[in-house]
Amino acid sequence: MVRNVTGFGRSGLSDWLVQRVSAVVLGVYFVGLLGYIVTTPDLDYAQWQALFSSTWMRIASLLALLSLCAHAWIGMWTIYTDYFSEHLMGSKGTALRVLFQTASVLLIFVYLVWGVQILWGL
Amino acid sequence: MKDNRPTNLDLFTVRFPLPALTSITHRISGVVIFVGVFVLLWLLSESLSSESGFATVQQWLSSAPVKLVVWAIVAGLLYHLFAGIKHLIMDLGYAETLEGTNAASWVVIIASAITIILTGVWIW
Repeated sequence: MVRNVTGFGRSGLSDWLVQRVSAVVLGVYFVGLLGYIVTTPDLDYAQWQALFSSTWMRIASLLALLSLCAHAWIGMWTIYTDYFSEHLMGSKGTALRVLFQTASVLLIFVYLVWGVQILWGL
Repeated sequence: MKDNRPTNLDLFTVRFPLPALTSITHRISGVVIFVGVFVLLWLLSESLSSESGFATVQQWLSSAPVKLVVWAIVAGLLYHLFAGIKHLIMDLGYAETLEGTNAASWVVIIASAITIILTGVWIW
């Protein structure tokens, strides 16, 4: 049986909703940023720097970064609990799951700190 | 809930219909993005560091291996986006029949194939 102690919000329904809301945030941010880059072929440093140092872009980027952290946590948890499970791998499944989940959370934390540093270090 | 509910999730004994294949690809693309964010943050960090950092990133992006890596990450993002939109549409109660989900899976495959190819053309 899959237990939700390593989930994001301690409840399946909460994780389900966070996954959807963060997905919409990330989708809008990705399409917007990709659209900007594609439609700005002569992008230079001044424009790029001005974009990311504007308040609205910092709000959008931090929102996207936090959404990414939650989204990745829940997504990776879903994958690990489905494949590194006791009935597929026996007790090895639990060990692998804890190991990979811990490593993922660590990487998510690195992304969070690094991302904040990039956005606010300007 | 019982701890010993019967399950058959031996993935090697079941045939994968199209929606199952688009679903597993959705997961794989998610993992690709999760790792790829490291590269994207690195590029963002360097490009915003200074005028010369921006030029360095432009130089990196002109080399074939970097182009390939960036293309792979953007391809993962595009596929994940379309498969995710299918998910949200299904959450609303649409395309939940066998024909519906098969058709939606084809839309995901075709839409992402077109945009991934266009991105490749744009990168090169």
